[in-house]
Amino acid sequence: MTIKELHSKLKTKQISSSELTKEALEKIEKGNSKVAAFLSITPEVALEQAKHADALIASEKEVCWLTGIPFGLKDVIVTEGITTTAASKILEDFTPPYSATVYENLKSVKGVLVGKLNCDEFAMGASTENSAYVKTKNPWDLERVPGGSSGGSAAAVSAGLVPYALGTDTGGSIRQPSSFCSVVGLKPTYGRVSRYGLIPLGNSLDQAGPITNSVEDSAVVLNIIAGFDPKDSTSVKKDLPDYSKNLSKGIKELKFGIPKEYLAEGVDPKVKEVFLRASKKIEDLGGKIVETSLPRSEQAIPVYYIIMSSEVSTNLARYDGIRFGKSRDFFGPETKRRIMLGTYALSSGYYDAYYLKAAKVRQLIFEDFQNAFEKVDFIIGPTSPILPFKFGERVDNPLQMYLADLFTVPQNLAGVPAISVPGGFSEGLPVGLQITANHFEEEKLLQAAYAFEQATDFHKQKPEGF
Amino acid sequence: MNNYDIVIGLEIHVQLKTESKMFCSSSANYFGEKPNSRVCPTCLALPGALPVTNRQAMENAIKVGLALNCKINNFNRFDRKSYFYPDLPKGFQISQFDLPVAKDGFVMVGERKIRINRAHQEEDTGKLIHQEIVGDKVSLIDFNRSGVPLIEIVSEPDITSAEEAKNYAKKIHQLMRYIGVADVDMEKAGMRFDANVSIKPKGEKELGTKVEIKNINSFTFLEKAVNFEVARQLRAIDSGEKIIQETRGWIESKGETVSQRTKETSPDYRYFPDPDLPPLNFDSEEIETIAKTLPELPDAKTSRFEQDYHLNPYEISVLVEDQNVANWFEETLNIYSKTQGISKTEKAKIVSNWVQGEVMRVLKELGISIWELKVEPASFTELLLMIDKNRVSKQAAKQVFSEMVRTGEMPEKIIKDLKLEQVSDVLELGTTIEEVLADNQKAVSDYKAGKDSSFDFLFGQVMRRAKGANPTALREVLKEKLK
Repeated sequence: MTIKELHSKLKTKQISSSELTKEALEKIEKGNSKVAAFLSITPEVALEQAKHADALIASEKEVCWLTGIPFGLKDVIVTEGITTTAASKILEDFTPPYSATVYENLKSVKGVLVGKLNCDEFAMGASTENSAYVKTKNPWDLERVPGGSSGGSAAAVSAGLVPYALGTDTGGSIRQPSSFCSVVGLKPTYGRVSRYGLIPLGNSLDQAGPITNSVEDSAVVLNIIAGFDPKDSTSVKKDLPDYSKNLSKGIKELKFGIPKEYLAEGVDPKVKEVFLRASKKIEDLGGKIVETSLPRSEQAIPVYYIIMSSEVSTNLARYDGIRFGKSRDFFGPETKRRIMLGTYALSSGYYDAYYLKAAKVRQLIFEDFQNAFEKVDFIIGPTSPILPFKFGERVDNPLQMYLADLFTVPQNLAGVPAISVPGGFSEGLPVGLQITANHFEEEKLLQAAYAFEQATDFHKQKPEGF
Repeated sequence: MNNYDIVIGLEIHVQLKTESKMFCSSSANYFGEKPNSRVCPTCLALPGALPVTNRQAMENAIKVGLALNCKINNFNRFDRKSYFYPDLPKGFQISQFDLPVAKDGFVMVGERKIRINRAHQEEDTGKLIHQEIVGDKVSLIDFNRSGVPLIEIVSEPDITSAEEAKNYAKKIHQLMRYIGVADVDMEKAGMRFDANVSIKPKGEKELGTKVEIKNINSFTFLEKAVNFEVARQLRAIDSGEKIIQETRGWIESKGETVSQRTKETSPDYRYFPDPDLPPLNFDSEEIETIAKTLPELPDAKTSRFEQDYHLNPYEISVLVEDQNVANWFEETLNIYSKTQGISKTEKAKIVSNWVQGEVMRVLKELGISIWELKVEPASFTELLLMIDKNRVSKQAAKQVFSEMVRTGEMPEKIIKDLKLEQVSDVLELGTTIEEVLADNQKAVSDYKAGKDSSFDFLFGQVMRRAKGANPTALREVLKEKLK
């Protein structure tokens, strides 16, 4: 059920938040055994928060769409008093004494936290297989990965265990699993949502965002989590529109650019086929499909891996075995790989050739987007070049895994917002449509995604057995 | 030794005085507080916590740059400096690498110009405490100091002796106090020195291998450590050894420096821009506004004092050392100068003598600063005027001043209470003298017969009866009566 539907039930008192929460907890208990989306379930916290929500609803005061609605958080989002592991053994025993701003935001409108969701260790991966705890399964095919790193968040929403969840996106970690699980995943503009309390992957790239069943829900959640935060110097003071207000504005006459680089080799023909059908749909709705170019797309992956790993290598230096109780042996192999990579890229004698050069190319990638947006309103493409793959298929080849981020990484490097909406299916496996807009154009982005969604019924299809 | 040049560069860390820490809102006033009571997720480096730059600290850093005659960078960036130490919770320190807040300045130390390479802003670390708890040797970490703003001032290798190193450090200390950005309390580690020391054959262009002496926390130790290090290096060269590039520590109890690590094991800090902190911009107008808040600095004050008051260099250095003393001196002089009488230069000399003498003496004795002194320039000027009018003797004035320091009372009340006023009234003295002469007729006739010592006897007798008599006046009146 969407947030909108649940909200109207709560508001008309057909159900209380406490009842809704109990239902959700039961559903999680059953469903989670199949998909393993949760790392921890928080019934006490949830029921307590539901009580507060019910009190607010009973008071007949204006309540928010998210009041009383259960949600889950990717386990890199810090929650006071609730173990937060970043899916790493290093933080197995870490109970934070403070909360992330995004969680505070949701608490302030009396949202109900039902649990923490699985992901790749420290959000490093594209399949959630790098979690130190469990392998989350794709509800559409339990043999396949849910994508990553926010795989637990996407799987939980897709399987109907929670109406919405928050993920974080550094190089596609919200959008790619949303694509794999056929849900809506939004990565906001860098600076739109506070990063305070997100255990970082790449600080200059990370953004938290909603994973939902519908575009409207995405807008509703963004309304609550977006905004300037004095605790995050990289968050931006900028007017906050009501993102859910003008969703049905339509896309007539708007230009949708398909970068010619996106449909080159490396894209699974099955994905390409679904995508071309989706772009046809956009055309049917009055949007104009044009060719555009992001000439430095090819450099995006190496640039991303140098910059992100450099940041990682310093971010993880604090887990030195002194204060968090676990030695560095507890880091997983992918984590160790990125620490090594980043340390190398920053080392004296290599800095200029790696980090500095990557930072310069990043600027060019940023300019690519600015140039493209002079001529088009949106850039579209498949969210992922490949279909959801089977467990173990790519773990032995990190480079193959890295290429799963091909279409999602450039947006993080440029800081622009992008959304993945259910774009169709190929042999029963979901394919996401990614729409990218210019900085702080989330409103326009959501309008376009909404137009597409309303003209299709992919988002209404649910995996069997959930 | 005369065949060698000594080359010294200093890195000075100064803790800046701010309400909150450099990158979080935890209190920066940690001294004497319960361990780990001035901390938050950011300065404990908890996962997910973020730094936010303290703008007050940056303004202070700009003031430091301006006081050091530096160029101020409009564009300030912070970098991550990676190294491992248990007191550094993030595993990196937020510092400034290629875009420091200030660069290319200088300070004058005596007649010598010592160039400043740069001043950059960074954060302090936590503190390790090693102790024994129920028989176990343990190391404890107190993070109260973690994240306290520090500025590092790096000199060029322009210093040529241990004494000059000490004087340079004192000059920086003085400047910090003048601009009011730091307490620079040496006991609270408010200022720490690293000295880079090398020697080279006299006149040689190329610098010798440098040795860094780290973490010196007093001026005396700085001078001792540099002296020791120079001697050690000279000895080494004389005996044909090669100086190796290394870091050494000053062990006060042994009076020597000991090797801590060599160049081969020195860390690669892997500096890169901190992605959590967008660059801060200060436009020239803002820097100008900050510059206007700076007080008159010691060098400028010194030359003005020379011009205006014609005092000797030593006297000026005593007055200018602490700007509060200089202010007290000038305030007193300003009030004093509004009165009739001697020239301003003479008055300056009188006030200066008092400051150098009695005022400094009581400050030292009581261990207080001049702003804690109960004697205001206005009431002190009253005392000076009493001396000028011969109402109190110079000797008695010192006693009055001590009372003013002790009680904070006005001098008028003190001379009345303690009966310290000189009697200069001729009539009043005349009566007393006549009484004395009547009682001592023998001495009078002796004097008149030519026995000069009888005058001293009679003078003493009158002094005894006329308590507080002005001796000069008395001598004249007595002579007159004996004619």
